[in-house]
Amino acid sequence: MTLDARVRCTLGSLHLDVTLQTPGGETIAVLGPNGAGKTTLFRCIAGLVPVDDGAIDLDGRCLDDPSRGVFVPPEDRPIGVVFQDYLLFPNLSALENVAFGLRARGMAKAEARRRASSWLATVGLADHADHRPSMLSGGQAQRIALARALATEPRVLLLDEPLAALDAGTKSDVRRDLRRHLASFEGVRLLVTHDPVDAYALADRVLIVESGRVVQQGTLEEVTTQPRSRYVADLVGVNLLRGVASRGTISTASGARVVSADVVDGPAFAVIAPHSVALYPAHPEGSPRNTWQAVVTDVDRLADRVRVRLVGEVPLVAEVTPGAVADLGLEPGVAVWATVKATEVTLYPA
Amino acid sequence: MSAPAPVDDPILVAPRRVRTERLPVPVLVLAIAALVFFALPFLGLLWKVPWGDVWSILTSHGALTALRLSIWCSLWATGLSVLFGVPLAWLLARVDFPGRSAARALCTLSMVLPPVVAGVALFYALGRRGLVGQYLDRWFGITLPFTTAGVIVAQTFVAMPFLVLTVEASFRQLDTRFEDAARTLGGSRWYVFRRVTLPAIRPGLIAGAVLAWARALGEFGATITFAGNFPGRTQTMPLAIYIANEVRPDEAIVLSLVLIAVSFAVLVGLRDRFLGIGRAPTP
Repeated sequence: MTLDARVRCTLGSLHLDVTLQTPGGETIAVLGPNGAGKTTLFRCIAGLVPVDDGAIDLDGRCLDDPSRGVFVPPEDRPIGVVFQDYLLFPNLSALENVAFGLRARGMAKAEARRRASSWLATVGLADHADHRPSMLSGGQAQRIALARALATEPRVLLLDEPLAALDAGTKSDVRRDLRRHLASFEGVRLLVTHDPVDAYALADRVLIVESGRVVQQGTLEEVTTQPRSRYVADLVGVNLLRGVASRGTISTASGARVVSADVVDGPAFAVIAPHSVALYPAHPEGSPRNTWQAVVTDVDRLADRVRVRLVGEVPLVAEVTPGAVADLGLEPGVAVWATVKATEVTLYPA
Repeated sequence: MSAPAPVDDPILVAPRRVRTERLPVPVLVLAIAALVFFALPFLGLLWKVPWGDVWSILTSHGALTALRLSIWCSLWATGLSVLFGVPLAWLLARVDFPGRSAARALCTLSMVLPPVVAGVALFYALGRRGLVGQYLDRWFGITLPFTTAGVIVAQTFVAMPFLVLTVEASFRQLDTRFEDAARTLGGSRWYVFRRVTLPAIRPGLIAGAVLAWARALGEFGATITFAGNFPGRTQTMPLAIYIANEVRPDEAIVLSLVLIAVSFAVLVGLRDRFLGIGRAPTP
């Protein structure tokens, strides 16, 4: 079970150019900001949008290759899709929704309904067979959509933001169930999400897509410990600086110098965790090697801590206690000194 | 940066009472005037009905023939409008072809064209010496003017635009991702159209068909110019009413009453189906 997709496609202002290969048996999360082309990538694989250039092969069978004039329409691809918002047919019951794919492929009504019932039982909704989609909760609709996609026994399962439509309360339960169902599906599993928590909980490997291109891929741990773009850094909640390093000191494009305990030479990234940034009202005396003057632009109160956005020589996000905010009188426009110990700056080659 | 308010705060979740405002008097006066204006002609008609003669007029051969012909022709026109109009609406809504706005303008034009003009135009297109009609006559022996088929053609011509424009709007409002979902489940284009698209546009299709049918039933100008006024063949109810009004006004009033009753019955009959679409199914 291998999927090999080289997708080049231009839609409006989006230029998608992504290569995705998987031997199957793993869940890949395609992670990226809105408008990055994640959904378009899925639509190309599903056959809803033909690629302009490139090729999509599944188990050695070509599904789409403009250079060879091959295009297999979506209904003939062994690919199941769980769409964002689930898109259950509103005029059909839950059972009829699940049976839809089997009926569309010409299965007799009785047999299709029998199989659909068994799928409903698998996702724990046997008693909701007669319900219309409008009567289902978000979590139930998601499970029906999953059953509907799996009922046709596809070899590839595409899930487009399967948890985005759910409220926070039900999300974790639905996520846990989804994880279980994904584990029992043996084909290629691809998941589009903008939520790193979903990727963390469901995927073995992540593919970071930005502006139509893969900017980073690997295990989630690899990606989060060594972010290679502003998006990933924001996602993980760390400060990311890019520059040229020379024996542990990195010079950024804006002229700032950041000292690290790591010894790296050449183009490099520096990562600073927001909780490593300390703030002072005046120039502090002491051991920190990195001291910059900055102005507060934004104060964001989280549950038990406060994220402070700073502009200056080095743009930073600092995480401090509510007490510190009161003591320092932190509010937009206030000038402060920010310090970071060299041992708190992680350097790695760009 | 304010702390979020707890959502179970009774003051915040207590429903605010909707303030009832007095209706604006000028609006009320004008709206009632409009309603009276609609109702008046019906009252005028009812006032003049020769109740004693209703039965004998109704059962007279001419009245029944005209009614039967009217219903027959208008149903045919509606059927043809659906058969040709739905594909045209789909094309206008979904396919970005050159001249699409011109095609839509042509549709609208046929709708606003004075029916008498439509009848004259049809005559020069499909008449025995018309642009296309001469070949229909010569090659197939088909003559449309002054025949029942001609009535159906004239009615279809004026009625179909109503269906096309209504159904096109439905196609446009439809979220095409439902069709995408159906395709990925293995549905061919035709299967998806039947099981996903058609149910979704049903309210628009019914509304369009009713509009087209009503337009066909009331059609007068195009019919009398293109198909003439032959009792039993091309004399539909509106024509019969017009002719009767000249010579036997009592008959015209009774026939009008019948036409109103038929239209009203259809509208009432369809009302339940319209409502049934939006109603949430019971468990």
